Amino acid sequence: MTVLAVRGLNLFYDGRQILHQVDLTVEPGEFLVIIGPNGTGKTSLLKAAAGLVKAEGEIEILGKPLSGYGRRELAQQLAVVPQQPPLDFPFTVAETVLMGRAPYLGLLELEKVRDLELARRAMEFTGIDHLAERRLDELSGGERQRVLIARAVCQEPRLILLDEPTASLDPAHQVKIMDLMEKLRRESGVTVIMVSHDLNLAAMYGRRLLLLTGGRVGADGSPAEVLTVSRLEASYGCRMVVEQGDGSGPLRVFPRPGLRG
Amino acid sequence: MSNFLSSGDSPQSTAGRLQYQPLPRRLLLVCLGLGALLAAAFWLGLSQGSSGDFRETWSVLSGAAAPDSVAAAIIWQIRLPRVVLAAVVGATLALGGLVFQALLRNPLAEPYILGISGGSAIGAILAMLLGMSPFPGVTFSAFGGSMLTLLLLLGLAAGRLTSNRDYLLLGGVMLNAFCGAVIMFLISLGMSSEVRHILFWLMGDLSMFTTAQLPLLLAVVPSFILIFILARPLNLLLLGRESAAALGVNVRLVTNLLLVATSFMVSVVVCHAGLIGFVGLVIPHILRLLLGVEHRLLVPASLLGGASYLILCDLLARTLPLSGELPVGIVTALIGAPLFILLLWRAGR
Repeated sequence: MTVLAVRGLNLFYDGRQILHQVDLTVEPGEFLVIIGPNGTGKTSLLKAAAGLVKAEGEIEILGKPLSGYGRRELAQQLAVVPQQPPLDFPFTVAETVLMGRAPYLGLLELEKVRDLELARRAMEFTGIDHLAERRLDELSGGERQRVLIARAVCQEPRLILLDEPTASLDPAHQVKIMDLMEKLRRESGVTVIMVSHDLNLAAMYGRRLLLLTGGRVGADGSPAEVLTVSRLEASYGCRMVVEQGDGSGPLRVFPRPGLRG
Repeated sequence: MSNFLSSGDSPQSTAGRLQYQPLPRRLLLVCLGLGALLAAAFWLGLSQGSSGDFRETWSVLSGAAAPDSVAAAIIWQIRLPRVVLAAVVGATLALGGLVFQALLRNPLAEPYILGISGGSAIGAILAMLLGMSPFPGVTFSAFGGSMLTLLLLLGLAAGRLTSNRDYLLLGGVMLNAFCGAVIMFLISLGMSSEVRHILFWLMGDLSMFTTAQLPLLLAVVPSFILIFILARPLNLLLLGRESAAALGVNVRLVTNLLLVATSFMVSVVVCHAGLIGFVGLVIPHILRLLLGVEHRLLVPASLLGGASYLILCDLLARTLPLSGELPVGIVTALIGAPLFILLLWRAGR
């Protein structure tokens, strides 16, 4: 069954049109990376798919229209990983991860042994189990990002949406986060949709890339199909270099400095 | 679809490895500890004053003293309603602060600072000047005033709740200043005999309360219950409105329910005890330092802690001055403001 189907999506914000007639179909087990310049509607598309902003057009999750879902029911199928957690009121790691069970609990229902166990495994999966009792504001950016991913994993979703999870992380942590998502996709068949600014990470991990340009789908396909010099230059408005690293490895993309050459 | 989380070894064998204190146990510990504090405060509040001591109080409470003795009259007719009022007011204000801080995701938010208390005071004064009865007249006029301020505040900050939380706080501070001016204006219109009464009431005065008025305080109980039921969604709201929605919370419904319930209970309290500030700032702050951010603990803890705190403040208010007594609002401000600055300073380091 198709995990996500978007047809003719238009999204307005403050009277300005952000997305124009976007179509997108995602099948189970896909790893889709949404790329594109700043302000082109990547995050808006993610939020529309999660039902967090209102948009015109059809959105179906697992074959059922988004409008047919209650909040809790949707949260049992779909998890959202934001860029960074707010830190004004720092919960502990274990408390944060356990919140992933919220869609399954009644108002006064307490977390049961199984919920605690799922949270523990989610923390083990993302390698933060030793931090369980630490407060979020005591952790590094990479650790916090893994807490948010553990929360999403604990939610047991069929689809995970991530908004630039590797932004502001060093290369080692970027790869760690991407490896986690790939492992999750392989081991449990979770569909992963991620917004990323990092074209090289996108080329390495994305099975499929969606290039958004000015709120429209500029290209949709494998990294080799999407990451062409002409497409990228037209979309980003700067000169680009695309090269195949070592014969069959992932593509590497660099912008060409504007002041030279 | 099989999920890797539910496969593998059995849950029971490894559950102990998650070092997470089960919530019911923590809840029990918190309620026992703070419940003992409240009992002690209650006992002190009943037995201390310009006359009497522990032994006399004990003989009155146990029924050993004659029911028509002076000591019995002081305890049953004067101190008991006052201590109960202080407990209910303290509990309500601490809980109100806790809820507003969570909803606005700002540790400085509080009904008093945001002008919600001021708005209900305007409503209450108007009703008093028009000669309405304390219930339902003054209470609902106060509720109307607080809801109006709240709507103004939310209108001011419409659409900005997510982008800039400080905007809401600033708007609230300005509303509070405006309410203060309106209150002074209304007072200047009143007769001199009314004015002294209203001024004392405004500063947070618990001395006018009588045994007959005690049942009126029950009006806050539905709000307490609703807020406790919504404590877990309140945790999720602290993650931001979008994250809460993505975890299955009906953000608009929960937010509106909490705002209305909180405004109502604060209005009830303002009608009986005037404007008492800082309880809603200080108590939740201290409790968060001790217990963390889990609101299923913080809601009962704020109720018990706030009640104990205001009973003790009121005890100071009526025993410290050499002659007469202070309005309790002055005591809470004298203790609360420096303590709050200290907390801010420590948090900023």
